[in-house]
Amino acid sequence: MSLLSAIFLLPLLAALVVLCIPRNYKFVIRLVTLGATVASMLLALTLFAKYNAAPVENGFKFVERHAWVSVSALKLDIGWHLGVDGINLGLIVMGAIVAFAAACVSREIKRLEKEYYTLLLVMTGGILGAFASLNLFFFYFFHELALVPTFIMIGVWGHGENRNYATFKITIYLSLGALIALAGLIALYIQSGANTFDIVDLTKAVKARPLPLAAQSLIFPLLLFGFGILVSLWPFHTWAPLGYGAAPTATAMLHAGVLKKFGLYGLLRVGIPLMPDGAAAWLEILAFLCLGNIVYCGLVAMRQKDLNLLIGNSSVAHMGFIFLGIASLSLVGVTGAVVVMVAHGFLAALTFGLSGALREKTGTLEMEKLGGLLRQIPFLGAALVMAMLAGCGLPGFANFVGEAMVLFGSWRAFPLVTTLATWGALIIGAVYMLRAVRNILHGPEKSEWAALKDASAWAKVPFVLLLAALLLLGVWPRLLTDKIQPSVATILTMANAKTADKAPRPSDVKKAVGEAKQRAVQPR
Amino acid sequence: MNASLIVLELAVVILGLVVLVQDWFTPAKDRRTLGFGAVLGVAVVLFYSFFAFDGTETLYAFGNAYVLDGLALWFKRFFLLAALLVLLMATEFSDRFDAGQSEFFALILFALAGMMFAASANDFMLLFVSLELITVTFYVLVSFLRRRVESLEAGVKYLILGALSSGFLVYGIALIFGASGTMNFNELADKLTNNSALGHKPLLTAGILLVLVGLGFKMAAVPFQIWAPDVYQGSPTPTTAFLSVGSKAAGVVLLMRLLGTAIPDLAFNLEKLLMAMAAATILYGSLCAIPQRNLKRLLGYSSIASAGYLLLGFAVMNKAGSSAVLYYLAGYLFTVLAAFTVIAVVVQQAGAEDISSLAGLAQRSPVLATSLTLAMVSLAGIPPLAGFFGKFLLLKAVIAEGVRWHAYYWLFAVAVVGVLISLYYYFGVVKAIYWSKGATDLSPIPVSLPTKFALLVCIVGMFWLGLNPDGALELAVEAVKALKLTA
Repeated sequence: MSLLSAIFLLPLLAALVVLCIPRNYKFVIRLVTLGATVASMLLALTLFAKYNAAPVENGFKFVERHAWVSVSALKLDIGWHLGVDGINLGLIVMGAIVAFAAACVSREIKRLEKEYYTLLLVMTGGILGAFASLNLFFFYFFHELALVPTFIMIGVWGHGENRNYATFKITIYLSLGALIALAGLIALYIQSGANTFDIVDLTKAVKARPLPLAAQSLIFPLLLFGFGILVSLWPFHTWAPLGYGAAPTATAMLHAGVLKKFGLYGLLRVGIPLMPDGAAAWLEILAFLCLGNIVYCGLVAMRQKDLNLLIGNSSVAHMGFIFLGIASLSLVGVTGAVVVMVAHGFLAALTFGLSGALREKTGTLEMEKLGGLLRQIPFLGAALVMAMLAGCGLPGFANFVGEAMVLFGSWRAFPLVTTLATWGALIIGAVYMLRAVRNILHGPEKSEWAALKDASAWAKVPFVLLLAALLLLGVWPRLLTDKIQPSVATILTMANAKTADKAPRPSDVKKAVGEAKQRAVQPR
Repeated sequence: MNASLIVLELAVVILGLVVLVQDWFTPAKDRRTLGFGAVLGVAVVLFYSFFAFDGTETLYAFGNAYVLDGLALWFKRFFLLAALLVLLMATEFSDRFDAGQSEFFALILFALAGMMFAASANDFMLLFVSLELITVTFYVLVSFLRRRVESLEAGVKYLILGALSSGFLVYGIALIFGASGTMNFNELADKLTNNSALGHKPLLTAGILLVLVGLGFKMAAVPFQIWAPDVYQGSPTPTTAFLSVGSKAAGVVLLMRLLGTAIPDLAFNLEKLLMAMAAATILYGSLCAIPQRNLKRLLGYSSIASAGYLLLGFAVMNKAGSSAVLYYLAGYLFTVLAAFTVIAVVVQQAGAEDISSLAGLAQRSPVLATSLTLAMVSLAGIPPLAGFFGKFLLLKAVIAEGVRWHAYYWLFAVAVVGVLISLYYYFGVVKAIYWSKGATDLSPIPVSLPTKFALLVCIVGMFWLGLNPDGALELAVEAVKALKLTA
């Protein structure tokens, strides 16, 4: 097992181990889960530390590759291919940290622990495996492996009266999205003429012989909307707030934080570079759909009375920035989008984790019923304030860096959208986030919450970890951007290769690199 | 004549006769041992098949009516493996019969012989005779629980509709013979190639369509599916299992022979029909499965949906599609037999076949719960189990054809809808196992060693085909080389 494969195979192996432990040994089950996620997190951090931005062939490091299925008569060749570059490195590290945090907060689960932890570990392994795979088959395979536990966990350990409806809705939406994306990926396999699912080989093949325009204009929308449904692109977002509202805390953290980024990652890794002409027709539309996410879902979030629904809607709103960054096709914007992907992962995990802790203590998330909690629960309250401020893009948190870069990057391509998005981000976001803080934490103390106790020392660990990550990347974004930028530049070279003469976009990548260097250092 | 080719079938028939004769000398309480004897015998035949033939060359016997090639051998081994697992199940189940345990084993063996002949059919006569051998034995197997009204009802339904479809089949064969003057698949193919006018004869077309009716009945494909849910529900569980795996696969292999060997030049004309059948079958099976509460009935509809997925592979009419069909079938064998083995045990304990009788199964028997869950997950097509890769191959074959004709994209869309719906009812079963409330009886369910063995085989098979498809896919590709298909 290489370092990279160990990161996601460890949780999967631990899932098998948990399956074999008798269900009465709850402590052991939890210990195995925590052990596996800690190990996987440490390995991911090692990977991050070892990664350097020095250019290599194909752009991927820690490559592991061997044959899996190879049937020449069917022209079927599926290989096991792992590797990291700047784009998935941050996602893997973020995913591993969030997985550990999710395992920590899973103490709220009080029944059928064995099944729960097995599914949690399978989900973790699937998520990390999907991001580590450089073969589209395994990319999809691991995503599906992670997706199905999500549905089951919401259905079985979920909260609220809407649980069954939410499970039903999220299952249909996400399975549909995944299958549409699968259609696109298979079509890509066939139309590229390369007969391979390998991203590196596909890239080479497309470089040598671009996909025919007809194929591009068929496949790109399949990928855009298939992945778009998975990422809750407006107007296919309605599953998200509902599903997250009903999901157990850890599931919401892992899905909203990490698994959801699968679609964005796929779009960036496959859709944009391999089908530049197909993308050209759709990116403008995508930019306007982003407004649906940022402005419309922001307004919806303002109206929410339940904290989880508010966070769910705000999480949908944040997806808009990532789409906008990707649509801009500028080095700064796309790099920013990747930063937001990582930052939002931490943020979503943090907010859902905190709301889960709050629900566990108070039994409700209705903001009207809560109030004045900051005195009783100073740690959780302070963490919630910080999370909310990070959510409205306060400098110092990683989200600010990413969102600012996205807005800088998208200005040239879509000035109108950028203007509106900035408004949406600054004003709408601030209104609902700060209102939530006021309603829950400030105001008169209510007698029924007088006996609330703050989180215990152990329960603080995941929140401290996530906040530390957000702050670290907020004050030292180069830690990420220096690694992301060369990989994004490679993708943009391919994406702009065909569109350079059609759209007024920064086609001169070298110039963009220069700009980005200045801005990455001083995002303000 | 090259009679040594049918040694496998002969061995199975003799095994069946031995079981019948041995019955005279066996006291009633020891009849189970006959079942184990039959299992052992089938295992030996299966083992022997790997030494006797390698399937690389095509051998004929009985005036070219019987063919032994890679495809035939693949299916023979498939049927032997299925029968082996079904016999294990039947041995466990045989306590429930008032009498005639040995006959039940023997009939399964005779049906097996019919399926093995069907795998080698290269002539409409052998096609008909082998199908009749299967169908007639199943009439008895279906109504074996003769004190249960459901079983008798199932038997009557199967008898009437089976006889009707046999009628269509034989009428179709007569028309084909009348139009072409031959019964042999190879000769028919040659005549069609040499005489293009023959292919346009309405008589021949009508004949082919009528044969398709007979085979569609075997596969439980829409619009010939109407018998499946009732018969699946009413039959003794081992019969249902054998019906859903063996009988369906017999339909598949004969359809493959028909399209790939007998009428390869005309098969293309059936493309639209097969596509429509595939789409209708998937939708019908999936939609009707939603409200089902009876486990066996649910699997009956699921089996109809599976027939639809198999038809996808026929609709694309190439090697990728056909090998995907074989792969899907292999995964289907392990999956469905695991499910029915569990159901047989649970039903015996609970006395009811309702999904709610699964409540608390996770506590009562982790082995059964895990096996049934894995089977449902595999049927739903979720990685890393066999069902996922099988469906993946089929869908990939469909999309590949979309380049030629866009209608295949719509077929893909229909299949996707079917997959989505199927998630709902398969997870309904999983939910009942783990999370249903109100489980009253939590006493442990004893699972016998042979059942555990059968389940182990199925689980290993599901994981093996899902995680390491290379070897099995290679075998499937080798097998379909026998057919005249485009790459």
